[in-house]
Amino acid sequence: MKETQNTVSSMAASLFQDSAREALSLQDEDITLSVEGLDLYYGDTQALKGINMQIPSRRVTAFIGPSGCGKSTLLRCFNRMNDLVDICRIEGRIVLQGDDIYSRATDIAELRRRIGMVFQKPNPFPKSIYENVAYGLRLQGVTNKALLDEVVERSLKSVALWDEVKDRLQSNAFGLSGGQQQRLVIARAIAIEPEVILLDEPTSALDPISTAKIEELIGELKTQYTIMIVTHNMQQAARVSDYTAYMYLGELVEYGDTITLFTNPREKATEDYITGRYG
Amino acid sequence: MDKAHISQHISSQFNRELQELFSTVMQMGALVQAQIISAVDALVTGNVELAEQVITSDHLINAMEVRIDEECAHIIARRQPTATDLRFIIAMAKSTTDLERMGDEAERIGHMAVRLGPAAEEPSRRFAELGRLGRNVQQQLAEALRAMDTLDTELAAQVVREDLSVDADFEGLTRELITHMMEDPRSIPRALNVIWAARSLERIGDRARNLCEYVIYIVKGKDVRHTSLEDLEREARRTD
Repeated sequence: MKETQNTVSSMAASLFQDSAREALSLQDEDITLSVEGLDLYYGDTQALKGINMQIPSRRVTAFIGPSGCGKSTLLRCFNRMNDLVDICRIEGRIVLQGDDIYSRATDIAELRRRIGMVFQKPNPFPKSIYENVAYGLRLQGVTNKALLDEVVERSLKSVALWDEVKDRLQSNAFGLSGGQQQRLVIARAIAIEPEVILLDEPTSALDPISTAKIEELIGELKTQYTIMIVTHNMQQAARVSDYTAYMYLGELVEYGDTITLFTNPREKATEDYITGRYG
Repeated sequence: MDKAHISQHISSQFNRELQELFSTVMQMGALVQAQIISAVDALVTGNVELAEQVITSDHLINAMEVRIDEECAHIIARRQPTATDLRFIIAMAKSTTDLERMGDEAERIGHMAVRLGPAAEEPSRRFAELGRLGRNVQQQLAEALRAMDTLDTELAAQVVREDLSVDADFEGLTRELITHMMEDPRSIPRALNVIWAARSLERIGDRARNLCEYVIYIVKGKDVRHTSLEDLEREARRTD
């Protein structure tokens, strides 16, 4: 009988090692990007107000909030897409592995190689599937066929598209379904081995099955890349992310471990939004 | 629906979360089972040391209940489960409550064993009546856990039916003890202890029955609590 009791204790001990995960904490993370006192203006209108946050490496960070809260604007700051908007003015810093990306010394093409982006609507180029994925490498001057073949195959495999397209790599990418096109675009982004991938509502034009496949893919990609995702669908944020940021009227209201934010948010404003009480 | 159904989501992370939840609940079940076996044994043989171990181990079961409920809340918040998944998670959260209470009953029997002290009399004289009831209840719980582990509704219905015989055992035992008490008032303290322990075992049987009802709820989507045994059995066999 003593044996039974020993079993009880040892069984219980082993259970506590692998049961329910503890809340994540940014203090325990490696930080890839750091946003410091970021203000952004479109003409006279301030769209982002004093944003301070740290983006952990190889995690998924989600941005949620009502339309116009500034989440997409903030996401575009990370690879300087807002530079394309004439009336846009930015103050503050975003630091990528020690380098201020808004300094004059920054090579924007190089920055966008390190921080890739995928948009709401799949935007493959009007080229073959193969050339879409090889595009970034060709821009960098790579001509070695064997190397290109290898990267194309590896990238398509990482987005779980290889088996579906391997027999028609030379077909036009527009022949793929919306979900396949979106995975192709993600393959194109990772072919040039970025450090960070920005996803701006990557599944809002997709059906539930394609959405589930992209979400599953995000879970796999985070083992190699730092991922940030803007989504209108807060359930999606809950499903795919490790950290969630809730934004409202250009301010970062709450930012932290996703499970904590969705089970016991710190701010009443966050609670009201995620429970559908936002008025 | 079989067990594999739980792990057929496109999201492999969701599959893992559900599988882990399931196996944690099953492990909690095994722990509770071990506690009950020890508690009955401690009482019948007058083994105070074993009874004390049962009492001190109860907090492990309590902690598991808290962990499992927390995990259920996390899964609901993250995954917004629907249909089978939703029923499954609700059933897991309810099962853990029943298992925790079974653990409390085992602890109660443990306290009784400590209070009565080491066996001075022959084991056959001391609470031998409880042996049969204890074995039946253990068997009932083992089968309830097996029904849950395999999501076998027919086995679940069978265990519910067997609960009737446990209840009958308990009533028989009570009548017998009342007779003893009337014949010899000196036997009253001992008889009362036996009745209390038997009552705890009978409650464990009722809770094993609850586990079986949750199995039918998960698989068939029908809440069979507070229905007749015939309705429950019909639901368990329904194939659509």
